[in-house]
Amino acid sequence: MQTLFIVVGVSIGVGVIIFMSATLAGQQTNIIKRVLSSQPHITLLPPQEVARPLRAPPIAEAAIVQKPFQRVRSIDQWQKIAAEVGRMRSVTAVSPMASGPVLAVRGDATRAVTLLGMDPVAYYRIIALPEKLIKGRANLTADDIVIGMELASDLGVTVGDKLRVTVASGQAATLNIIGIVDLGNKGVNQRNTYAALHTAQALLGLTGGVSSIDLTVDDIYAAENVAQAISAATGVEADSWIRTNAQFYTAINAQIIANTVLRICVALAIAFGIAAVLIVSVVQKSKEIGILRAMGTSQGQVMRVFLLQGAVLGLAGSLFGSVLGAAAIHAWQTLVKNPDGTPLFPLVMDPHLFAYSAILAMLTGLAAAVAPAVRAARLDPVVAIRG
Amino acid sequence: MDNASIPGAGANQSVLRLEGIRKAYGVGTPIETEVLHGIDLRLERGEFCALMGPSGSGKSTLLNVVGLLDRPTGGKLFINDSETSHLDDKALTRLRGYSIGFVFQYHYLLPAFTAAENVMMPMLADRGRPNDDMRRRAELLLERVQLTPWRDSLVVNMSGGQQQRVAVARALAMNPALLLADEPTGNLDTKSALNVFELMRQMNREQSTTVLFVTHNHDLAARCDRIVQIVDGRITSDQPTPH
Ligand SMILES: Nc1ncnc2c1ncn2[C@@H]1O[C@H](COP(=O)(O)OP(=O)(O)OP(=O)(O)O)[C@@H](O)[C@H]1O
Ligand SMILES: [Mg+2]
Repeated sequence: MQTLFIVVGVSIGVGVIIFMSATLAGQQTNIIKRVLSSQPHITLLPPQEVARPLRAPPIAEAAIVQKPFQRVRSIDQWQKIAAEVGRMRSVTAVSPMASGPVLAVRGDATRAVTLLGMDPVAYYRIIALPEKLIKGRANLTADDIVIGMELASDLGVTVGDKLRVTVASGQAATLNIIGIVDLGNKGVNQRNTYAALHTAQALLGLTGGVSSIDLTVDDIYAAENVAQAISAATGVEADSWIRTNAQFYTAINAQIIANTVLRICVALAIAFGIAAVLIVSVVQKSKEIGILRAMGTSQGQVMRVFLLQGAVLGLAGSLFGSVLGAAAIHAWQTLVKNPDGTPLFPLVMDPHLFAYSAILAMLTGLAAAVAPAVRAARLDPVVAIRG
Repeated sequence: MDNASIPGAGANQSVLRLEGIRKAYGVGTPIETEVLHGIDLRLERGEFCALMGPSGSGKSTLLNVVGLLDRPTGGKLFINDSETSHLDDKALTRLRGYSIGFVFQYHYLLPAFTAAENVMMPMLADRGRPNDDMRRRAELLLERVQLTPWRDSLVVNMSGGQQQRVAVARALAMNPALLLADEPTGNLDTKSALNVFELMRQMNREQSTTVLFVTHNHDLAARCDRIVQIVDGRITSDQPTPH
């Protein structure tokens, strides 16, 4: 009877841990996916001379001050850096970009936007722009442009229309709108426009140069370390998504810590529950233990029986708990939905999580059984039998 | 065979020998009381000895000491002619498992197990893992106590007499040299009591098991080879029964 109660208790504990972990993991991957679907893992920028005055000689600084502010700076020797970074094992994709502020003009309407010039093949491996298309296509050639949906509606343009793009220095070009994208954020949809690298370089006065290089890495959580390594090796500024989303990243870490604390608390509750049940069982069974000892059962054997019981209780609880957790995850995915019927966010059902919980519950049970087992083994058979 | 190395072993080998055994409870406390005041006793192989005496005279205390469940506070205890005071807990447990069987007033069977499993328990304590030999021996013993049809029943479903017979079978599982029975018939009706007694008597005759049998029942005591009387922790009489 107590066995049933404690198994149910352990099951609930394990189920909660599994569900919580899956929710947390699901939320994290979901948010990270959203963040990283519109942002490269690492962006390389020209060194910030102003922020690091010691790195550049005074003459160069003077030169910078004299530079017209609208001039977009290029990364020195960017081909060499891109090639060098592309050879790094942790870097999975490299895409140079020439970007800068331009004016989008359509009839009377004018909008200040950012023109992002890139090589579609390389860039789409980092940001899957074609997947964000709501209209048209994304295979940019020299005279094409892809714009965000808010800008399209602001200017009253659609696929097939022409858009005039001018720069403060006077350069201008008329481009064909071939695609309209939804980048998942109103501000970005108003601001970002995409063109081929050469088109942007010509407009922005960056012929042969690029203003940034976008990268993806194999392990997104190592992005900051990779960024620092690149920065140290090449002297360019390397910003990882972790740094640019520092607040969000801290929040995730806080959640992970909270989840760990919760796990420890549940494990402790399980341990005390199992220990209590076993102590009661030692007291209840003291006569049987006594007789077993009288019949030649050693202290070690008695101890093993109780340790085993603890481990089995923990394991049984974790098995039922896993089922419970999986059921909760399933229920969550079928019941809690977005208005459009898709799950709010996909929960991550990691098989490792189940194995990990089972092992943890078993060890917890084992640890919880130590005190009762020692107590059972130390039982004086004479006292126990006379009881 | 345990005594093969001892000179003169065989004919006059004693399974149990007590020399001036004393037992005090609460040693080192103000309520220290001595219960056994120097017991001398010798049981030969194959003897069936009744131990009688008033309540509180120290019969159970003596059996616990003899059964190596409790250490005496004085005197010497020999099992199969070897002295036991120098043995540690582990060695005592082993000696107990191999040489001594217990039957108590209450059967203390494990309720969650079948009759056969209960009988196998001492063999499991010895070997750790059940095997066919153990199962066969358990079935044989249950046949001897006439419980073959019950061998796979849970012991909780059996009558008091049947349970006590299972306990006897269990006590004999390791074929011990010495069977210690502390009022094993005390809780049984006359017919069941006689049944359990005859069972022990039969085993004693067939296996030459030495039996020390505590009882308040004079009729049963009269069927033993010898009656030892104990009063206030001292042996007051020790006589063979007339046959
Ligand atoms: N653990 C103990 N601590 C203190 N005194 C004890 C302890 N066990 C037994 N005694 C005392 O020792 C004396 C002998 O007890 P014991 O149980 O050996 O008697 P007994 O002859 O078996 O009696 P009965 O016929 O009632 O079973 C009694 O006075 C009892 O109170
Ligand atoms: Mg008694």
